[in-house]
Amino acid sequence: MDAHVLEAAAALRLIDADLAAARMQMALSLGWHIVIACFGVGMPAITLLAEWRGHRTGDDHYRLLARRWARAMGVLFAVGAVSGTILSFEMGLLWPGLMGTFGEVIGLPFSLEGIAFFIEAIFLGIYLYAWDRLPPVKHMLSGIPIVLAGVASAFFVVTANAWMQQPTGFLLRDGRVVAVDPWAAMFNPATPPQTVHMILAAFMVAGFGMASVYAVAMLRGRRDRYHRLGLLLPLTVAAIVTPAQIGVGDWAAHFVADFQPVKLAAMEGVFRTGRGVPLHLGGVVVDGEMRYAVEIPHGLSLLARWDPDAVVQGLDQVPPGDWPPVNVVHWAFQVMVGVGFALLGLAAWLGVAWWRRREPPRSRWFLRAAALSGAAAALALEAGWIVTEVGRQPWIVFGVMRTSDAVNPAPGLVYGFALVSAVYVVLTVATVHVLRRLARDLPVPVAPQERDASGHEVV
Amino acid sequence: MPLPEMLLAVMWIGLTAYVLFGGADFGGGVWDLLAGGPEGGRRQRELIEHSIGPVWEANHVWLIFVIVLLWTGVPPVFASVASTLYIPLTLAALGVIARGSAFAFRKVSTELWQRRLFGAAFAFSSVVTPFFLGTVAGGVASGRVPPGIAAGDLITSWANPTSAVAGALAVGTAAYLAAVYLTRDAQRTGQDDLAEQFRRRGLAAGLVVGVLSAAGLIVLRADAPLLFAELVAGRALPFLVLSVAAGLASLALLWIRAYLAVRVSAALAVTGLLWGWGVGQYPELLPGLTVEEAAANGTVLAATLGSLAVGALLLLPSLWWLYATFQREHVGGERAGGEHPARGGPRGE
Repeated sequence: MDAHVLEAAAALRLIDADLAAARMQMALSLGWHIVIACFGVGMPAITLLAEWRGHRTGDDHYRLLARRWARAMGVLFAVGAVSGTILSFEMGLLWPGLMGTFGEVIGLPFSLEGIAFFIEAIFLGIYLYAWDRLPPVKHMLSGIPIVLAGVASAFFVVTANAWMQQPTGFLLRDGRVVAVDPWAAMFNPATPPQTVHMILAAFMVAGFGMASVYAVAMLRGRRDRYHRLGLLLPLTVAAIVTPAQIGVGDWAAHFVADFQPVKLAAMEGVFRTGRGVPLHLGGVVVDGEMRYAVEIPHGLSLLARWDPDAVVQGLDQVPPGDWPPVNVVHWAFQVMVGVGFALLGLAAWLGVAWWRRREPPRSRWFLRAAALSGAAAALALEAGWIVTEVGRQPWIVFGVMRTSDAVNPAPGLVYGFALVSAVYVVLTVATVHVLRRLARDLPVPVAPQERDASGHEVV
Repeated sequence: MPLPEMLLAVMWIGLTAYVLFGGADFGGGVWDLLAGGPEGGRRQRELIEHSIGPVWEANHVWLIFVIVLLWTGVPPVFASVASTLYIPLTLAALGVIARGSAFAFRKVSTELWQRRLFGAAFAFSSVVTPFFLGTVAGGVASGRVPPGIAAGDLITSWANPTSAVAGALAVGTAAYLAAVYLTRDAQRTGQDDLAEQFRRRGLAAGLVVGVLSAAGLIVLRADAPLLFAELVAGRALPFLVLSVAAGLASLALLWIRAYLAVRVSAALAVTGLLWGWGVGQYPELLPGLTVEEAAANGTVLAATLGSLAVGALLLLPSLWWLYATFQREHVGGERAGGEHPARGGPRGE
């Protein structure tokens, strides 16, 4: 055996480890940012709603809630901004093959996102810090651009991801992009279902997440009006969004069935193309077989095609080298759907109680469920993101460029990943600690914006 | 002007804005680091926090703006720079995370040990981040990043004389701009003693930056002769002259306590450096790779520039409102008496 072969084999192993590290690093930093970003999108609207209710009704509890949430928003926006920045770095640090070739194709939505993020940051500065310097109505108006820009930036960023699922709007010749229609790339077929699904998810995560803080407090006996409103307002927003999200999720699944059948096959663990394909609940893939799953006969054909005998494509349509990791995608999908329906149940519980008695359910179990709903919504979010992204593998640009061809070939990405992971552990601990403190502080302390002003008392 | 050049110019305006505004926020962190113990440095830290607080996130967006325009307008350049210089860029990105989050955490923390811990992270990363970003600029300016993915040396591309000077210059410039801006902020809030402190620091930092710039020219002469030639005798000479003249004027203005005027002249001095580099290097972005070769398709450039033009109509008035809101306050207002309301607040320091 000559040294060359050994060397090449060693180099290959190294590259594989680096590829894995790059993927893990991207997954970590994106998976982290996406939760914070959801609060960035959803929280301003809910906070503004509280401020507006306070203004309209003169109920100080709403005002206090708005101030409290604004304080948390200040922290969440800061960590959101910086955890988003590293992503734009990582696009090039980890995936130069993608950006060198296709950077221009997805540049437009990112530029638009930049503008939106600018607007968000500017008006957030005004909204948070000029609370006492602006008359109430003007202050609320200063919050509206944050809401609009937050939704807009979510839309723009997700269009770029949608393009990776459904790459359109460019002409490739000899590995070089020779013509681009940036608007066609941005409004690719995956854009409508993916963007709507993501924006609704953001409102669910923010709404359930904020509500769960007050549910925990009420379980601990603090059942005053302040806490009741703190629970009800965000929970109502999330409860209204949830049924719509179930519908949009169905739309997204049909889209995947039509446009990315291999991903659907992985989501459902379907190996062989066939008619009348059953739906798998649970189960695990061993040696190319779905085992231990509860099968609902004809279920998948019915759900994906509205026809119990419809053909559903299996993984056998493409060579095994083009399969995503089936168990990961299958389980992530199960978790997302399962949690989504559980949250729908919680929303229905609230809705029925409100319809009957004009008040939320009195049961402690309702509070317990609400307390869990924040973490549950975040879990569903992550699971859904895994379905989208892991389900796209082994492609970074679906059907066009493999992830392994896009990765930075420089050695040492493993160490970068280790360092980034360590920083994120610290960041997570610090963020959770600070947010918990903010949530616990009672009574409401003077908010940062008041601290800089002449000392009008809020309370 | 052809579209690629227009996009590059817009990107360079973004970079200038990032250095002038975002850079000064890092500089605030540098002075936070040097402010001394919790009690002695308290008022300085409060002034810094008060000045940076409402604006740093907006200022920070310029960095993202520059990165996005880089990959949109000249994708091969972005891929080459990011892949070869991934080590300093990773460190800079982590510095960005530490700086922003620690700053926000400190603001809402009340216990002394936490405020000190977050404060230290904020201040330390405020030095580290501009340094590594500076080394990246040095690597590009000295032609150490060849076109191609990870085609350059992973270490010497940023561990080299030009990068070292550029890194130091980035930190020095940040500190200098911050000191200059803070003199006026202190004066406006009626804290004349702080204004005096930052004036002295501004003078010192200005001298250091001047010496570093001169040293940088000597290093460039040996390390990047082409850029050096453009700077001292070519197209970039006017910018060098502007930078030197504005730098000297700034020292004089700072000396006579013209705190508002020195903001403009200091900004011009830094702007001259940045545009001197850009113009000196044009049209070669990376060794052997010109703007024409690297530029994205015309459709992309047109769509992006058009969107940015529309966006600017929204952005510029908003930015103006932001800065006006926080620069106009307090004149003869609540803090003019020198009484700092933050003292009464629930904080440890």
